[in-house]
This record gives sequence, C-alpha cells and structure tokens, in this order.
Amino acid sequence: MRSNTQASARVETPDTAVVRGPGDVEVWLSVNGAAHRLAIEPRVSLLDALRDRLELTGTKKGCNQGACGACTVWVDGERVLSCLTLAIACERREVRTIEGLADGQTLHPMQAAFIARDAFQCGYCTPGQIMSAVALLKEGHAKDDSDIREWMSGNLCRCAAYPHIRSAIRDVRDGKTGD
Amino acid sequence: MSPAIGGTLARLDGRAKVSGSARYSGEVPIPHLAHAVLIGAPVANARITAVDATEAEQSAGVLAVLTHLNLPKVAMQPSLLPSLAGLAAPGHTFFPMQDDTVHYAGQHVAVVVADTLERAEHAATLVRIDYDTTPPVTLLEEIKDQAYEPQKIFGGLLPGRQVRGDIEAGLRDAEVRVEAMYEFAANHHNPIEPSTTTAAWDEVGRLTLYDGIQGPTSTQLTAAAFLGVPPAQIRVVSNYVGGSFGSKAMVWPHATLAAMAARHVGRPVRLALNREQMFTSCGHREQQRQHLTLGARADGKLVAVRHHKLSLTSHFDDWAEPSLQSPAIIYDYPNYEGIYRLGRGNINTPTFTRAPGEATGMFAMESAMDELAERIGVDPVELRLRNCSDTDPATGDPWSSSGLRECLERGAELFGWAGRDPRPRQRREGNWLIGTGMATAAYPHAQPVNPQRARARIYSDGSVIVEAGVSEFGTGISTAMTLVAADGLGVTVDQVRFAGGNTDMPNITAAVGSAGAGAASAAVHLSVTALREQLIGMAVADEQSPLHGADPAAVVVEGGRMALRDRPDAGETYSAMLQRKLVPDVEAIGNWIPPAQDVGHGMHTFGAQFAEVGVDAELGLIRVRRMVGVFAPGRVLNRRTAHSQLMGGMLWGLGQTLLEATRMDARSGRWANASLADYLVPVNADSPDVVVDTVEVHENVVNPLGVKGVGEIGVVGVAAAIGNAVYHATGYRARSLPIALDDILSQAS
Ligand code: FES
Ligand code: FES
Repeated sequence: MRSNTQASARVETPDTAVVRGPGDVEVWLSVNGAAHRLAIEPRVSLLDALRDRLELTGTKKGCNQGACGACTVWVDGERVLSCLTLAIACERREVRTIEGLADGQTLHPMQAAFIARDAFQCGYCTPGQIMSAVALLKEGHAKDDSDIREWMSGNLCRCAAYPHIRSAIRDVRDGKTGD
Repeated sequence: MSPAIGGTLARLDGRAKVSGSARYSGEVPIPHLAHAVLIGAPVANARITAVDATEAEQSAGVLAVLTHLNLPKVAMQPSLLPSLAGLAAPGHTFFPMQDDTVHYAGQHVAVVVADTLERAEHAATLVRIDYDTTPPVTLLEEIKDQAYEPQKIFGGLLPGRQVRGDIEAGLRDAEVRVEAMYEFAANHHNPIEPSTTTAAWDEVGRLTLYDGIQGPTSTQLTAAAFLGVPPAQIRVVSNYVGGSFGSKAMVWPHATLAAMAARHVGRPVRLALNREQMFTSCGHREQQRQHLTLGARADGKLVAVRHHKLSLTSHFDDWAEPSLQSPAIIYDYPNYEGIYRLGRGNINTPTFTRAPGEATGMFAMESAMDELAERIGVDPVELRLRNCSDTDPATGDPWSSSGLRECLERGAELFGWAGRDPRPRQRREGNWLIGTGMATAAYPHAQPVNPQRARARIYSDGSVIVEAGVSEFGTGISTAMTLVAADGLGVTVDQVRFAGGNTDMPNITAAVGSAGAGAASAAVHLSVTALREQLIGMAVADEQSPLHGADPAAVVVEGGRMALRDRPDAGETYSAMLQRKLVPDVEAIGNWIPPAQDVGHGMHTFGAQFAEVGVDAELGLIRVRRMVGVFAPGRVLNRRTAHSQLMGGMLWGLGQTLLEATRMDARSGRWANASLADYLVPVNADSPDVVVDTVEVHENVVNPLGVKGVGEIGVVGVAAAIGNAVYHATGYRARSLPIALDDILSQAS
C-alpha cells in the first residue's frame, strides 16, 4: 500500500479505509529534525525502528514491555515509551531522541549535569533518564525532591544512581553548572 | 607520589553515555545482520516428543529454525569454574538443544533466525513443540528431605563443610545462645541491558563475538571450547556492558548459540535475550534457608557459631553461593561449624549475584548479633567492637588490612548513633514508627590465579596509550586505569588514553568478586612502571641527555619530564628525548603474578552499615529514610566512581531487604513474576540519600596498589541493618527476605 507521505495540506486526517501492511510499507519518520524513509512492517515499534533501522541506538531496550523507561523518547514534545509505540503511528510527528538533545558539540545542561554528578554507572538507563529528566523540568514536576523521586520512578536504574540523578536534576533546575 | 590516584575524575566515557553514542553489544552496526530469537521450554520437567517447524520455516523472512534435531553437537563441555580462574567459564555444565530432555522451564529448546527481529519473533510463535511432562520439583520445601552435603561448592572452589574447635562443647558451655532460621527468596540480577551477543564469521572461518560480559576472554575461551574452534580464531568485543551484577560474569549458552546460528545461516546474527528470558538464561541467587546458632559469654564475646545452609541447585551442578564464608571469620571465636546442603530441582544452575553469599549469610549473622545485643543489654556497635578480630580466626594469620573498628566508629559518628535508646517502638512521628539499626559488612578478597597483563606505549609527542582486555560494565574501570597509568608514568591524566574491551588486548581475567580493579590496576601499574624504567634507562645511557650517566634510581618523573630528584633543573621530557633519538614509540608489558592465597595473611574487606527506617503503624509500609555506609576497601583509585559503586551496592541491599523476590509457581515450575513490572527493584522513590565514606587502611599484601575493590561490599550488611532498624521501630524481628508487610502487620495486631 502507498503511504500518504505526499498528502497535500487539505488532507488533514489519514484515510482510515487505506490498509497498510502487513508486509513492508513506506514510513516517513522525522527524527531529531531529519526526515527518514523506511520500508518496514507496520508492527515495527518506534524503538526497533530507531535502533535497528536508523542506527540511533542511544534509545535503549531494557524490557520491551513498558516497565523500565530505558526507551523514553519525545514524540511531539511529550515523553513516550518507544517500545510501546509503533513507528508507523509517528508519521508526521517529530521524534526527539537522546542523539538530538545536544546543541552540536555542546551538551544539553542535563547531560552535563549527569556527568558532573556521576548520575550513572553502566549508562544503559541513562538516555531514558535524561529524556525523562528534561521533560520533567519542563512539565514543572521537579519542585522538590519528593516530586522528583515520584516523577522519575518510571525510569529504572539498576546501578541505583538515583540520589545522583536527583542531584543532577536539582542542579539544572537551580541553574547550577555541576561542581 | 600519587597525584591522580584517589582523586575524583569524572567518568571518561561519560560523554558517550549521556549522548547515546556508546554502543553496547547489540548496537554495533553490522551489514546483512540477521536476528535470532530463542524459544524457552514452557514446562520444567519434560521430554520433547515432537517438533514441527514447518509453518515457522515458511514464514516470511525466516532463515532457519534450530532445535535439538538439527543443532550441531558441541565439541566439549568445559567444567564450571568461576571466571576469576581465567579459563573457560560456562555458567553451568550443560548445553541446551543437545537432546530431548527439559531440565527447567525456560531452557532453550529452539532458535529461530530471520532477516528482521519482528519476523523472527513472529516465527518463534509458530514453532510447535510437544512435550511429555512430569511434575517438576522447584521449591526448597520439596527437596529438603533428599538434600545432600556436597564435597565442594562454587565451581569446586570451596569445601562443603568447614569446622574449627569443638562446636558442641562451645555451644554447650555458652552462657547465652541465639538460634534462628532465616529464609531467602530467589533473586535475579536484572541489569537494564538484557544479555546480547552478535556473532559474525568471516570468509576464512574466524569469528567475532560482540558480547556483553564481565571479561571478554571468558567468552572467547568458552565459545572456543564449545565450538571446537581455536581461541586464536575468536575475537570478542565488549566495549560497553549495560550492567551485570553477576548475570554476565559467566558465559551462558546464548553466546555460543549466536555463533552456531550465524554459522548455520551464513550471515552475522544478533541474539538478544528478552526480559523474561533473563530470568531463566543467566542464573540467579538461589532460594535458601539458613540455620544459625550463636553461643556467647554473658559479656557478648562469641564462643561458638553453627551455621547451616540449605539451598536449591540444578540437575547438573553443585552450586551454592558461599553464604557461610564471611560469618565464619568476621568475629573472633574458637568454635565453628559451617555446612552447606543442596537439593536438586528443575531450575537452572544459580550463579554469582552481587555480594554472592555475603548478602544472605551476613543477614543471618548480623540479625542474630542484634538479638544477642538486645538479650545481654549491650549496644549493637559495642558488641561488634568487642568481637572484632585482629587476626583471621580460621588461620590465626594477621589481616592484610582490616579497618573494621574504624568503619564501625566512623559510621556511628556519621549516623549519629550515640545515645540511641535500644528499646523498640519508642520513636514515633505521626503514623510512622521510627527505628535505627546497624550491621557489619565483610567480603572476602578474591584474587585471580593466573598472570594479569597490560601494555603501555608512549609516543614521541608524549601521549600514552595503555591497553588491557577489561570490560566496562559501570565500574568506571577505564577512568580509574587512566589515573593509575598517569601516576605510574609521571604524566598528566589528559596525556593518557586507556583502551580495553576486547581480546586483542593483553589478557585480564573477568572482573568478578570485586577483584577487577585490583587485577587491572596491578597489571597497568606494572606496565607503566616498566615503561618508565625503560625510558629513564634510555636517557641515562644517552650522551646527549642531561641525565646521561645518572643513577636511574635518582631520576623522578613529573609532568612527563624526567629529572634528578636532588637537582630538578637537570632533566628533559620523554618527548624531547624520543624526538631527538628519532624513536616513534616505546612499549612495555606489565605482567602481574597474583600472590598465592596462603600468603600468611587473611585477606578480607570490611565495612559498617547504618540505616534509619520509618514503618507505617497501620499499613506496615517500610520506608528507608537514610543510610550510612563506611568501608575499608584498601586503596581507592577514583573516589567519585568508587563511592557511586558503593552507593549502588547499598541500594541493592535495600532492594534485597524490602522488594526483591522471584517467586516460583510450583505447579508449572515457572517463575511467576519474570518481568520488570512484577519483579520489584528499587526505583527512585524507594531510594533515600545515601552517605558513603571510606577509611584508609595500609594495605600492601593483596596487590601492588593495595586495591581490595568496591563492587560487593556496599551490599553486605544492608539487609541486617534495615531489618534491625525495622525491629527497633516495630518490635518485629524479620527473619525472611524480602520483609513482607503482612508479617509486620500480623506482628502489630
Ligand atoms: S524498553 Fe520500553 S519501557 Fe522498558
Ligand atoms: S546506570 Fe546502569 S542502569 Fe542506570
């Protein structure tokens, strides 16, 4: 089936009568500001599309079941678990991953704070933690430590860097630049 | 002089990790990659009667379905030896898919390979396997009457029974006795990165394995043995590992299966375990029961300890984590009996799980010590101090270093222990009952048995590369080794690059048992020391050098410049000398031969743990409010990363105490909660702020830099400290881990 990537402005909603798949279909994804054309089955998750098709492996797969937060990315600015999101459902949305967080060579302040506070060990949960942490600040959910503790609890860190993750988030919230 | 060692250098791989560019073993881009999916047996005790793979094989994109019917036989089965031995290190003495027997649920029974992950996963649902089942045996209760006493445990490294003195007489003559039974649920490591191996054969039959493992050489030698391929033909790459905690300490069959699948389909293959498979494919901490009896004098001085453990192992291995080792030597008492008993069930072989043995054994010991303290009316810290030993009670040898007293005293001070009212249920804040508790931590110092190597090379511009085949799984090893190299060579940290992560590097044993930093730092230190001596030797022999003719022993190096100790103006930089002599680089190997275990010293790491809990008086909810841990791990190479590891260990202890249990569904023989939604690990909200401190001890026995390691000791004793705090808060004495809220509630009512 043809995808509707050529859709003109007047087509506001996809035609639900169009069946796409189950074989490979053309899917356009906009990731970190770059457009990508993929030939994938509709069942491919956003996580696997990023990791296995686009070589954007910064987004991690910890459980593939929505339980660990390692796969956290933003879709249209909202944090989502990319393991529970189909890639095809992200067409015409803007996907942002950890690879798109820094400003060129300059790390995002949250990335810098994670290094300064040693807020990770193995680093496997870290991209998800950072994507959550930046969103959390934007959402106004980091007023105090108990706020941070609660709102960061969807991101597991088995190395248990939690106290340092809280320090990093506090630093960025308070405009401190590490120590 | 050690300007770099002991500092607080930020992780050198930090940028790669926070920007997403660090590539873990399932993330290396490989052209033409195929994906393998494992199928685990849904039953625990069975024979496979039929396999129908037709539908799966015809499914789109499928390249192969491998089962016991068509998987080649392995060349040999190496024996189970902890990877610290530096040899092949299979997780169990069993290789799946060699016959039709199912020993445990989740045992690999088929591998499906397809061109995409989605197609492999789908095809895996189409493979039909019929089983002839028998009721499984999976619980301690079911095997306790058939339990046996093994000759050896822990891969044959430890005796199944240890005694000293006369236990019967000791306990009979004791003025006070504390006797209790402790129960422990099975635990799973659950690193956030599931184990993943990517296998690629080249056109001349050489194999590259990208494997998440605690030591690349262990995968190389194990895969070589199973495949019957010379190790020289196998290269293992393990650049970044997303946590292990013991699950990647041994080499489990999936790594070899990935290589077999890749050979079969003639394409590179990636095999990633899914989360559920992580519960059945790389070991666990076994379900166990410990029976402990303390005998003491009225003043609290211990005279006898009897410690028996009963645990569950697999059909093929006598594995028990060594829970009895640290309690046997932590205090000074003359009479001891420790016995391991095992029962076989339909489970996989258990394995190392962070603080393997001490996490459970020291819970029993230190909970019983708390009871003893209360019984005789002595402060718990004081009771420990009275029983501290200056020598290893098992041998009478002095400790290589201890620091236990200092840890207890410093911890008590940091925590504000003094003046504690020992009576339970005395402090209340609103609905919260508040209590405090403490415990001793101890972990045996493990050593590799074979030489450990590193290579150091300096270029004529003064830049240095140091290499050793270590894995980076979160310990900060590369950062710490950079510090060691900089100090040994007398250069600044930014002139050094440390590289590890594959088997092309000089061989280092897998970093297990907290031995990684000690082994690697020894080899690195010796390599840069040899290189420095070589460079100084070149200078004093060179007529054009300002150091010509000097005694090499009188030359010191700082900032990359060699100079006479007494006349700092006489000297030159490494690079000035090398450039003048037109030498592009100089290289040296460090070869550390670990001391034998019988060096005339007891080698153990000690520490002290303190915790404060609040327990909701109506709900039984336990919240750890704060924790203090003080440890004496010998030389600390990088304070920042070492403290992080100790903190992580302490929060692991919190998980073990309050949350972590893998429960067996005895009827099916399957783990009932094999997911991260159902197996509870500490989350941010569970984790209080943690105070970590280390005390300096003079240590010059274990290895050249006196490094005892920090990977495990942080966990040890936490469960008892929290359990003792819960008792102090509520009057409920926890003897089963994790502590269940309903136990507290039933006690309260
Ligand atoms: S991988 Fe998506 S939540 Fe764990
Ligand atoms: S840093 Fe290892 S899981 Fe968070």
